[in-house]
Amino acid sequence: MIKFLKSTFEKLIEGTLFLSSTITTLAIVLIIIFLFKEGIGTFNQTPIEDGFSLVVNKNNPVNELTANEIKNIFDQNITNWKTVGGKNDSITLFNIDNIGEFYSDSAIGENFEFLPQCISDYTENNPGAIAFVTTRYTGKGFTGKILTTTKVNISQFISQKEWFPTAQPAAQLGVLPLILGTLWVSFGAILIALPLGLATSIYMAEITSPKIRNILKPLIELLAGIPSVVYGFFGLVIIVPGIQKLFDLPVGETALAGSIVLAIMALPTIITISEDALRTTPKAMKEASLALGANKWQTIYRVIIPYSGSGITAATILGIGRAIGETMAVLMVTGNAAVIPHSFLEPVRTIPATIAAELGEAPQGGLHYKALFALGCILFIITMAINLIVGYVSSKKKYNAR
Amino acid sequence: MIISKKVIRNKNLKEKVAFNIFRVFSAIVVLSLVAILSFIIYNGISVINWNFLTQMPEDGMTKGGIYPAIIGTLCLVAGSMIFAIPIGVFSGIYINEYTKDSWYKRFIKLMTNNLAGIPSIVFGLFGMSLFVNTLGFGDSIIAGSLTLGLMVLPVVIRTTEEALKAVDNSFRHGSLALGATKLQTVRKVVLPMAFPNIITGIILSVGRVSGETAPILFTVAAYFLPKLPSSIFDQVMALPYHLYVISTSGTNVEASRPIAYGTAMVLIGFVLIVNLLANALRKYFGKKVKMN
Repeated sequence: MIKFLKSTFEKLIEGTLFLSSTITTLAIVLIIIFLFKEGIGTFNQTPIEDGFSLVVNKNNPVNELTANEIKNIFDQNITNWKTVGGKNDSITLFNIDNIGEFYSDSAIGENFEFLPQCISDYTENNPGAIAFVTTRYTGKGFTGKILTTTKVNISQFISQKEWFPTAQPAAQLGVLPLILGTLWVSFGAILIALPLGLATSIYMAEITSPKIRNILKPLIELLAGIPSVVYGFFGLVIIVPGIQKLFDLPVGETALAGSIVLAIMALPTIITISEDALRTTPKAMKEASLALGANKWQTIYRVIIPYSGSGITAATILGIGRAIGETMAVLMVTGNAAVIPHSFLEPVRTIPATIAAELGEAPQGGLHYKALFALGCILFIITMAINLIVGYVSSKKKYNAR
Repeated sequence: MIISKKVIRNKNLKEKVAFNIFRVFSAIVVLSLVAILSFIIYNGISVINWNFLTQMPEDGMTKGGIYPAIIGTLCLVAGSMIFAIPIGVFSGIYINEYTKDSWYKRFIKLMTNNLAGIPSIVFGLFGMSLFVNTLGFGDSIIAGSLTLGLMVLPVVIRTTEEALKAVDNSFRHGSLALGATKLQTVRKVVLPMAFPNIITGIILSVGRVSGETAPILFTVAAYFLPKLPSSIFDQVMALPYHLYVISTSGTNVEASRPIAYGTAMVLIGFVLIVNLLANALRKYFGKKVKMN
């Protein structure tokens, strides 16, 4: 009996342990579900805010406009309906705020109760008119045509060059500048961090005495633990003004500042991992090389680095991953302008910084909110890919070492 | 074939040049890292006194202390650890002691690694969507703690696993040979030996939790809240978010600089203490285990 109880108890504990081990898997599944549920919602919505409509003359053959076309029409970059597939008729923008110019106060009504009739009347008399109005004005007694707006689609989302999620009349959701900004800043960071990090790890693993190494190693591990917001703060008070003075710029918040801060932050990751990789080189290989008459540098360059190549690659990719996902430091030093970057001395905006800066202001469940989740999905996919690549590279190492 | 002196001189010259480049690069790295540390400490240490640590912020966060932010961060650390330690240690034990090298073990490892690689802002999004909105916790300590706990879970699992791996198999075999069950072996033999390393890993993850900003942005952190939380459904201020706010978007960024230096100093101090504590514990327990 006691034996039975005991074995049941053991099974129970084992079950608990098993359940705990499934939590990470469950977490990933939940993250995917919640992130993508909201993110994919972006592509079910039109870029026009709920409660508003675009109205035109009822004989206008155009039925549907994309967000980009709407923006160009209202910015007067498109002035003829022919451009968007309609008749050869010039476009007349009708702003509801200027309605007083066309109709007398009495025609509109004291409480705007006749506004729908006025709008109908205007669109009927101006065949090229387009107006952006509240949907409740398009109800009973309205004779114009309500345009449908093309839903946001994935290819547009990725390839459009403008990110104005709160623009009127149509939100412009193009993540290209954000993706390029992220890659631009991360690329700059790796360009700085990789040579410095590799040199330091080689110095620590092979050149310096164990005494100095024992001082450097804990220092670098300590720096890996310093919060990103502290690095961002340092960048804000030292690096940003420094860049502004050095290059004589109007603002110091630039891609370069972001790259430098990210490089400093990625250094501990790169150094620790590649140093570990360098130190796994078997002693026999080093000694064989030295015995053949190679000096220390030749040994490092011809034996140790090729042997630990996959570890160094993994360190580099993890460093890139850290740079791409970093939020706070980048948010504080890059200036956050959502434009396609042309040089390192311009402000840029990265995907994580966009989410952090805008989510607080986006109304929950709205298009903007969902679009930010879609950005999160992009980030998730990028980092997942990086992880899988690192896993593949490290597994290859085992195979080679055999 | 006789190697000419010129070749030898040439290769030694190359070595010298290469090594000196490495020395210079390492010096740049170390100096810039030391510069950051000493810059913050130099500017921050003069701000820190007892009042700074125990008073509420005043005058649009340009005067007074950071007491509520410190308490908030401590709440978040405690909350996330209550969640992450048991689950993390349990799954570490399961992965290392109970599974053989099966597809399941590889799968769990892959998932743990993937979870570790997800950027902190994505955790923030997820926490907002699940804990704050779907489960209806609102911006609260519990939502923030669960988000942070999930984020450090892979760290705890990995350190537990590494610690257990370091225990020699002969101890397990010895215990099993004496007739102990698997659970008894794990509980009485393996865990006590792995304990110092597990606790070190946990302490280091405390350091990480205390400094994270992105996951708490939308799940708990308050811009300004000069009172202490009374339940786990309250919002709190937190040190890293406080530093972000007063250095970028406070009411008067210039006037609150000293406070920002002080806050940065407290954050670094926290990380320093945590690291020292971890090392000290490692040494202390290391001796104890050897003595037994």
